[in-house]
Parts: sequence; C-alpha cells; structure tokens
Amino acid sequence: MPGCRARHGAAANLGYYPMDLLTDTLVNAVVASAATALIVAGLSLIFGVMKVENFAHGEIYMVGAYTTFFFSKVLELGYWVGCAASLCVTALLGVLIEYLLLRPVRKNPMGPLIMTVGVLLVLQTAAVALFGLNSDALVESPFPGVADIAGVTIAWHRIFVIVASLALLSALVLLLQFTRFGRALRAVSQDKEAASLQGISIDRISLVAMGLSTALAGAAGSLMAPITRVGPFMGQPVIITAFVVIIIGGISSLRGAIIASVLYSTFFTFIATYADSTVASIAGLCLMLIVLIVKPSGLIGSTQKV
Amino acid sequence: MKSRELPAYFFLLTAFAAVPILLGQYYISLGTGILISILMLSSYRIVILTGEWSFAHVVFQGVGAYTAAISAKDFGASFPVCLAAGAIVTAACAALLSIPLLRMRGFYFIMGSFGAAEAIRLVWRKLKYFGGTRGISGVSAPQFDWANISIDFGSGFNYYYLCLAVVVICLVTMWYIERSRVGRIWRSIEQQDLLAQSVGIDTKKYRRIAFVVSAGFAGIAGVLLAFAFGSVTPNRFNLTFALYLMIWAIAGGTRTFLGVIVGGVVLMCFNESLRFADELRPGIYGLVLIVMMIFCPSGLEGLFGIGKRFSGLSGSTRTKPAAGSTGELDVNSPA
Repeated sequence: MPGCRARHGAAANLGYYPMDLLTDTLVNAVVASAATALIVAGLSLIFGVMKVENFAHGEIYMVGAYTTFFFSKVLELGYWVGCAASLCVTALLGVLIEYLLLRPVRKNPMGPLIMTVGVLLVLQTAAVALFGLNSDALVESPFPGVADIAGVTIAWHRIFVIVASLALLSALVLLLQFTRFGRALRAVSQDKEAASLQGISIDRISLVAMGLSTALAGAAGSLMAPITRVGPFMGQPVIITAFVVIIIGGISSLRGAIIASVLYSTFFTFIATYADSTVASIAGLCLMLIVLIVKPSGLIGSTQKV
Repeated sequence: MKSRELPAYFFLLTAFAAVPILLGQYYISLGTGILISILMLSSYRIVILTGEWSFAHVVFQGVGAYTAAISAKDFGASFPVCLAAGAIVTAACAALLSIPLLRMRGFYFIMGSFGAAEAIRLVWRKLKYFGGTRGISGVSAPQFDWANISIDFGSGFNYYYLCLAVVVICLVTMWYIERSRVGRIWRSIEQQDLLAQSVGIDTKKYRRIAFVVSAGFAGIAGVLLAFAFGSVTPNRFNLTFALYLMIWAIAGGTRTFLGVIVGGVVLMCFNESLRFADELRPGIYGLVLIVMMIFCPSGLEGLFGIGKRFSGLSGSTRTKPAAGSTGELDVNSPA
C-alpha cells in the first residue's frame, strides 16, 4: 500500500535502528496484507459468481475512502458514520453497476471488462471533479495514538485495521459456508446452469454478490483512509496489486486469494522498504509472470483453462 | 481490394495529402499525431484479429521510440536505419515475450501482457541509460541529402509528408498480409480456435506471427513518434495510453481495415476537441465506452455502415459482430 511506504521514509529519516526498521516493516506488511486481502476477496468473489474481472474495483476502494472522508470530515459526523456511509454507498454502487451496466452485456465475453474500464475512468474523473486533482483529504482515526507492545510501537489504527479485516473476512467465510445464501452463491460459481436448474436465481445472486464485493472494497477504503493518502488515483496501484494477487492465488479461489495477499504484500513491502518501490513493482510483476508461466491456475486454483 | 472501398481510400489519401497545403501549422502537428495513431490502431487490429486484447502494444511503440532515440543520439544513425532498427528491435522483443504470453488467453493474456509491458516501462524509469523518468530528449530531426537535393525534416511540413509516406507503406503492407493466407488463418483462429486446430493449423504459431508483426509496426509508429517530438518519456507509454488505445479500437470498431482508419481519424479529432477539458477527458472516454457498449457494440464503423457492407474477407457475415468479442459463442450461458 502506498501509504505504508510514506511512513518508512519518515522512519528512516528519524534515524531508527535497523531492528526497528525490521519490526516496522513487518507491521506494515501485516497491515498491507489485511487491506489487500479485503480488496482481493471481493474481486475473487465476483469473478467466481459472474466471471467478471472488475477493473473498477480499485476505484470502488477510492470511493469508499472519499465517502468516509466526506461524512466524517466535511459533514463532521465522525469516523463511524463515515464507515457506515462508505459501506452503503459502495454496496449501492456495486448493485447499480451490475444491474444497469453488466447485465445488458453478459452475453459478450469482453463486455464486462470494457464496461468496468468505463466505470473506472468515470469514477476517477468524478473524484477529480468533486475533490480536486491533488486532494489532501485527511481522515482522522477513531483510535489516535500509539500502542507500546513489548518495546515495539504500533499505531492503534494499524491494529484496528488488522483486527477489523480479520473480522470481516471471517464473517465472509462464515456467510459463504453456513448460510443458505452462501451455499447458493457457491453453487452458482461452481456451475451456473445446474444452479439455475435447482431454482437459484442467477440474477439475484449476481446482484447481491456484486454488492457484497464492492462493499468489501469500500470497507477497505474506509479502514485505510486514515493511514494512506486519499486521492483520485489511489485506486490504480491497488487494482494492479489486486490483479497480480488473484493471478498468483488462483483467480476464483477465495482461500488462494487470501493466502496470496499475505505472501505478495509481505514480499512487496520488504522489497519496497529495503530497495525501492519501483524495484518492488518490477519484482511483483515478474512474480506474476512466473506464476502465469509455471502454474497458470495459481497457487491454489481450480484447474481453469487459460 | 474491393472496388467499393477504393474511392474511400483515395479520398482519405487526398485529404491527408492536402492538409499541410490547405491548413496551418497547428493542423500539421495534429495530422502527424493522427497518422501515427492510425498506424498504431491498424497494427493493434492485427492482434485483435486473433481474438486477443493486448495491453503491451503501447509499450511496444515505446520500445521503437527508445530504440530510435538511442540509435540516433548515441550512434548517429540516419532515419531509415532508425526505422529498421525500431521495427526489428520491437519485433524481437515481442517474439521473446510471446513465448510466455501466448500460453495464455483471454483475461490471463491481458494481465500477462500488462505485467510484461509495465515491467519494461518501469525498467525505463529506473535505469539511467534510458534517461530515468525524464526520458531522452534532443533527438535531432532527420535530414535527407542526395546529390543536390537536400530536405530538412525538421520542419513540420516536410516531416508530415515523411510520416504520411511511411504510414501509407505500412498500411499497404498490412493490407496485403491480411489478404494473404496468414490473414485468413488469423480470422479463423478468432472465430473458431478449435476448428482451426482440427484442420491442422498450428494456431500458436500464427498467433505468434500476429503478435510479432503487429509489434513491429508499433515499433515503426514509435520511431515516427520519437522524431516528431524529438524526445521520449516513459510516461507517454503508461497504462492510461494503453487504455486509450483500447478505447479507440473499441469505439472506432475493428472489424474492417477501412473501419479502423475512419474510426481512428474521427476519434483523434474528437480527442483533440477535448483539449480544453484535459482533466475530464478520462471520464468522457469512460462514458463513450459505456454508451458504445450498450447502444452500438460494433463501434463507429457499425454506425457508418462500413462494418456491414464490407464485413469479412471471405464475404462471411458474422451474426454477432460485437466489439471485443473473443469469438467464442457463448453456448453454455443460460437463456
């Protein structure tokens, strides 16, 4: 995550000891893993159900962060209202995108891709028009200050991001495993035709899955808003990371996506800290290419024809 | 060439040849840009013919541009040498990348091509040899000296005609390639991959030829670009431009050779008219893309009726000429 890198620069300038830099990097890696996992889980969910690669997913994350900023700072309603608003707005946005844009082009294999690229550009421009090109939207954390755990200092908000992400992901897994809706959703992602023959409405499942997926991205946006730079283009590195991760993890496997999030974010954060972020990006892209060449179905992917 | 198409090509060529004579300096540089974009779109169409959407095409243009800039500045190469070097280096790059990339299809190919291209671009940004983020500037304009004739292509007027000549030669070459057996095989791969394989066509080999040939022409477009601006920067070849190229191809339509040229001209003029609203440009393109996808999936050429009248080479009429269709008819989708 870009925001984490900024912190390193500051840490290095203050003359931290290497040991501190190491623990700092570890913490950053965990935070980045948590946020990436939330984003990627949504992306993988919607790919499983609708076979749609949502290129606008990073922009939904951006919308989540801006909504949090708008409700908590501009309307001065506090962080929690901002969070709730962000979940509602992004879920609604997802439902609208599915209903109005993706449904009409479902028959065209490239249709959803083109549509979501269109949405990406529109949302980005809307953010520029509403909040300015170089926005410095600052969101205050509900948990200010730093925790001191066994000599290691961690901002409380970072701990909150980790805990909240774990909670949301567990809730998602429980929802998918044990509820009637979750079973229907998994049935659709396994075999659309068979699922619809069982009386499952593909349209309804797609709609709810899309809302759920975008809400997860919105939640990630809310969580990261206080510790990252909120700007119109904050979604771009995120979506690239997310696609690299789901390719590494296996595109329709939620478990693979989460494991790959942790692996990739750790890998990226360490290279970005000890070399620089351009080198980290190059290394990440090469890692993706290697996975595509050696094991195109991803680390934990169902066998899918590439 | 079908006789009905001939007047259209003739008209386009005349119009392009007349631009510098009739219009001012501003239109000459705009025209140069349009010519380079037409070459980019037409070469991009070769990859699209095989049913893939590559995100690497703009970076291939960059490879050509960097090759030209380096060989002109460091080795003092002349324009024709730069042109050849640009095409060859880019084609070689594409041939190398095609080894891993052609194992992928669809979304994986898009992501693979994006990953490879972005890695190349980041290397340009990173290494001092390529000038880092500021790129290479001060590429001097080509000169032509032969016997008593000396032409300075530093003037926009002369360079425009040089571009026109190069682009027309490239387009004619591409036209012949497409009409040949190779071109027909590309189409068959797009429409029925498995069927093509079953009649003994090595589809991977022909996809590779398409990828390499299209990259070679993109390299030439890059050489033209490098000399037109006199400089090369890595940001000129980033994801935004790759997306724009894709949008132009979709909005203009890619089914016919003529359609992509006409679509290119219209869209580049549209692009220029958006100059006053630079910040809003991506959003406007996004809306264009969405509206096109809903109301007119075959692009501008469908709107003009070009796609319908001249559809296909063998006279086959596709039942669903949807833009961006990878050609797999979706048999399994529930009704």
